[in-house]
Amino acid sequence: MNPNLNPNLNLWVIPILPLAGAAINGFLGKKASRAGVTAVALFFSGAAFAWALLVAARFSSLSLPYHEFFAHWIRITGFSADFAFYLDQLSLVMLLVVTGVGFLIHVYSVGYMWDDPSYYRFFSYLNLFMFFMLTLVLAGNYLQMFIGWEGVGLASYLLIGFWFTKDSAASAGKKAFIVNRIGDFGFLIALFLLIKHFGSLNFDQVFGAVVPLPVETADAGLLTAIGILLMVGACGKSAQIPLYVWLPDAMEGPTPVSALIHAATMVTAGVYMVSRSHVIFERAPFALTVVAIIGTLTAFFAATIGIAQTDIKKVLAYSTISQLGYMFMACGVGAFSAGIFHLMTHAFFKGLLFLGAGSVIHAVGGEQDMRKMGGLKSFIPVTFGTMLIATLAIAGVPPLAGFWSKDEILWKAYQVSPVYWGIGVVTAFITSFYMFRLLFMTFFGDYRGAKVDAHGHSSHGHDAHGRGEPHESPMVMLVPLMILALLSLVGGFVGWGNHFENFLAPVFGTAEAVDSASHSTELLLMGVSVAVALFGWWLAYLLYCKRPELPQKIADSLGSLYQTVVHKYYIDELYAAVFVKPLIDGSMRILWQDVDRKIIDAAVNDAGDGAKHVSDEVRHMQSGNIRSYAGWISAGAGVVIALMIWMWTKAR
Amino acid sequence: MKTDDLNSIILTLVTFAPLAGGLLLMLLPRRDRDIRIFALVISLLTFVLSLHLPVYFHRSHPGFQYEIDRQWVSTPNIHYHMGVDGISLWLVVLTTFLTPLCVLISWNSIHERVKEFFILLLILETALIGVFTSLDLFLFYFFWEATLIPMALLIGIFGHERKVYAAVKFFMYTMIGSVFMLAAILWLYAHTGSFDFVVIRDQIASGGVPSFPAAAQWLFLGFFLAFAVKVPLFPFHTWLPDAHVEAPTAGSVLLAGVLLKMGTYGLLRFNLGLFPEQARRNASWIMTLALIGIIYGALVAMVQPNMKKLIAYSSVSHLGFVVLGIFSFTQAGLNGAIFVMLAHGISTGGLFMLAGILHERRHTYEISEFGGLASRMPVYAASYLVIVLASAGLPLLNGFIGEFLVLSGAFQDKAVYGILGATGIIWSAVYLLWMYQRVFYGKVTHPVNNSLRDLSGFEKWAVWPCAAAALVMGVAPIMWLGAIDPAVRAALAPFAQVVGKVVGQ
Repeated sequence: MNPNLNPNLNLWVIPILPLAGAAINGFLGKKASRAGVTAVALFFSGAAFAWALLVAARFSSLSLPYHEFFAHWIRITGFSADFAFYLDQLSLVMLLVVTGVGFLIHVYSVGYMWDDPSYYRFFSYLNLFMFFMLTLVLAGNYLQMFIGWEGVGLASYLLIGFWFTKDSAASAGKKAFIVNRIGDFGFLIALFLLIKHFGSLNFDQVFGAVVPLPVETADAGLLTAIGILLMVGACGKSAQIPLYVWLPDAMEGPTPVSALIHAATMVTAGVYMVSRSHVIFERAPFALTVVAIIGTLTAFFAATIGIAQTDIKKVLAYSTISQLGYMFMACGVGAFSAGIFHLMTHAFFKGLLFLGAGSVIHAVGGEQDMRKMGGLKSFIPVTFGTMLIATLAIAGVPPLAGFWSKDEILWKAYQVSPVYWGIGVVTAFITSFYMFRLLFMTFFGDYRGAKVDAHGHSSHGHDAHGRGEPHESPMVMLVPLMILALLSLVGGFVGWGNHFENFLAPVFGTAEAVDSASHSTELLLMGVSVAVALFGWWLAYLLYCKRPELPQKIADSLGSLYQTVVHKYYIDELYAAVFVKPLIDGSMRILWQDVDRKIIDAAVNDAGDGAKHVSDEVRHMQSGNIRSYAGWISAGAGVVIALMIWMWTKAR
Repeated sequence: MKTDDLNSIILTLVTFAPLAGGLLLMLLPRRDRDIRIFALVISLLTFVLSLHLPVYFHRSHPGFQYEIDRQWVSTPNIHYHMGVDGISLWLVVLTTFLTPLCVLISWNSIHERVKEFFILLLILETALIGVFTSLDLFLFYFFWEATLIPMALLIGIFGHERKVYAAVKFFMYTMIGSVFMLAAILWLYAHTGSFDFVVIRDQIASGGVPSFPAAAQWLFLGFFLAFAVKVPLFPFHTWLPDAHVEAPTAGSVLLAGVLLKMGTYGLLRFNLGLFPEQARRNASWIMTLALIGIIYGALVAMVQPNMKKLIAYSSVSHLGFVVLGIFSFTQAGLNGAIFVMLAHGISTGGLFMLAGILHERRHTYEISEFGGLASRMPVYAASYLVIVLASAGLPLLNGFIGEFLVLSGAFQDKAVYGILGATGIIWSAVYLLWMYQRVFYGKVTHPVNNSLRDLSGFEKWAVWPCAAAALVMGVAPIMWLGAIDPAVRAALAPFAQVVGKVVGQ
């Protein structure tokens, strides 16, 4: 296990490659041709993927975890944090997901963003995102992870606000950054606790120091505090209650961004961070419970909002929040590998769903309202086919990817508490329902949209590409869809026979053997979740294909309850009234106008008025006449000399 | 051999080169272009000279280096004693780095009394460097007050509408603060017979100063008041927004970038260096003021309709971090405090230059006068964003390193200090990104903004070095911390004993 035996993998190259791409396109892209920008962006993100594959190929020969020192960063007496890389089974999975899905989305974006006047800027930001995300997953210590953590937040800010002339986009970007900062605040405090008690932020040293510690029985130990604070950070980045509010707004960004950052990779960083810190959480059962409860509630709560949304991307956004909730549920019940498994399959099918939604939006000239879609399956059959696969996958229909990972989570949750399982199954039903609702509203029935003219009716800067009838996207967009569809179809089989769990076992520990009695329970539960998925499918079919007049009637009969759900339970309004407005008003009226001006500064000026004639004298200094300044300087010198004489006499 | 000779006079050269340039400038005819070029050459030359300091600095050596100590006046016993350690070293370089940028940013914005402007700027530079290099209290006080005159004149002559009010307020307020320090210095001289910092420090430490214990608290407060006004620490801060709003751009850059650091430097050098025990005793209320400054400054910054006032209040917040770090008496806290001083000098200096660039085009700092500028001035917008992110403490830019270390140190001292201080990272994102959005995003709402020029060549040369420095300091802080850390260790050495004394009671 001597790490010195390891070959040098030069992991540092992996994040540096997309950084180089970002720099080249950022500085030179404006004057370069689109082809040149494309070549740079794809080369550097593709090269990172290729390097990751090389690492994977040599993985079995490594003694793990693999460490790589790159450079000193902060070094003071008693504390240091370096640029260092850390590779184990967990980071390998993340590395492959990020570079692989990331590269596919880069390819897709070439088609999607081709007509945008700021094409180079888009790819510069996208590459920059890859740099920070890879820094995050390959980091060898918490502080470097924090670089990536805040860095992806920056990339997210820039990309959400990519069409910044739209006020809603600019506000959404700012909101995302600030809400994330609230989470980062918790993360930072956790780091301070780690420094204070373990003197280091290096994974090896921290985990080495934590492992011998006993499991905390009370609900208020050191590790419990660290765990909960880390979870605060994760709530921000991974959009969990109560910090999820930025993610739906983030849909203002171009759709490939929603796919890459706000579905497949960045938002899963919190799950990764909690899993990376499993040693801490496993010794802090109360913190784990907090994680499980937040995850479970978020999964359910966000899913219910998803039912009533009509914007295709908003449905997917709430769905993402909900699915992230499943991942935290998994972490919270100690099933970290199940959480990572779902993270991976979710990257496939949710990335695909967003890219598919992008293809739909592209087809109908920038329209995102599903009420103005319908019947698209004959216009855009490839998009339809791939989205159908993704929908089946997320709904949990066997044998697609989502079925395996979600079922793994539900089974593990059941073993801890049937309550988690129960809410999880209900959520699975809702998920299946709103996803098939999306599919039926978009692709079935009659086309309800207007025939779009060239560049449609959408405003400048939005996803506007319409040319006449709804049309299929170019191959550069369809090929990534097909690859992700394939992965959504078969990606779950790595979980067959616990292969995935066994692969991660060196990180998370081995699963306990399951006896045959509980094996039959597992099969029963599996049957239940398949049944609810099919039921959700059927219900959506009934409401949105067979009897399309019914949903409106149901909505009418529910009245205010329905309105509450449509308005997302008024949480944004609540936050605005309780936090934002008092803060701004209080700062403006009380702190600035009262305290600063009427109390502190008035006191200063009153004191000044007392010596007004003195200041009148001083004012004569500002004559702007050099000779008078010289006079003043000599006068000052005179005072100094007088002072010296005084002291001289005193010293005598 | 040659380096040795240079080592003993380098501080004198660096300190007085700008003054010499300023005096020469007086002799030059009033041809504005020549004057600008001459001022630029002098300030660049000073910068290059000052680079000798970090290059030949012995990093592992904690004490003063490049020392020169000559008897200047025998009675009273005043020495020309100069020297820098790992703390003052970087403040000198910060000053010499920012001054050429100030010349560049004033290139086209100062049209009248050009000669006087650059003379004052160069005299100011000498005074500022002198504050950081002096090891004799008399010399220190001389330079300390000497900064006031050129700065007040820069504000009073070259400022905006309410320039005289602001200049007088600045002058009187900080001068009155300094009087108490002067009294403390004179007391120390009367009881030790020396103005020499090292001599006085050692004499106090060995208990050889008569009636010191009775006077120590008053002496501490005397120094503290002068420095607290300069920092400025809440509630002594109200001169700052007025001074900034009225000051010409270069004045604001040096005011925020360097002049405020005289206060924090003074706290570190004199309040901690001479009075460790009193520093310990008074730490809790000073840290409370610092925390109020961090949060209050940020919240008031958030609601400012004027860009320059916003940046001024953000300085109150950032300098609160410095004071918090200093009075945490931890290795991380002090390292971080010094790093924040440097980082704030770069990023806030940069922000004031950027604000000045807008003012030159539109003659207003009102945020509501702008909007949508990102599409009209993309290079300007991108440069602004880098500086804003540095100021907001994004990792890999300079603001993060210092704030992280300060907060980590404060947390080690007392968790609640670190927690309250850390809310600053939320506030800074709020006020900076909100301001950025209102200025740059959305559609252009004022037609006059449609024709705004992007950065000119001079402006690029003024702003980009700040952006580059922010990045380098964020990626390779080790280049600075390597010299700072030993000096901090030395500064904290007396506190090991003091803790026992204070806690024991």
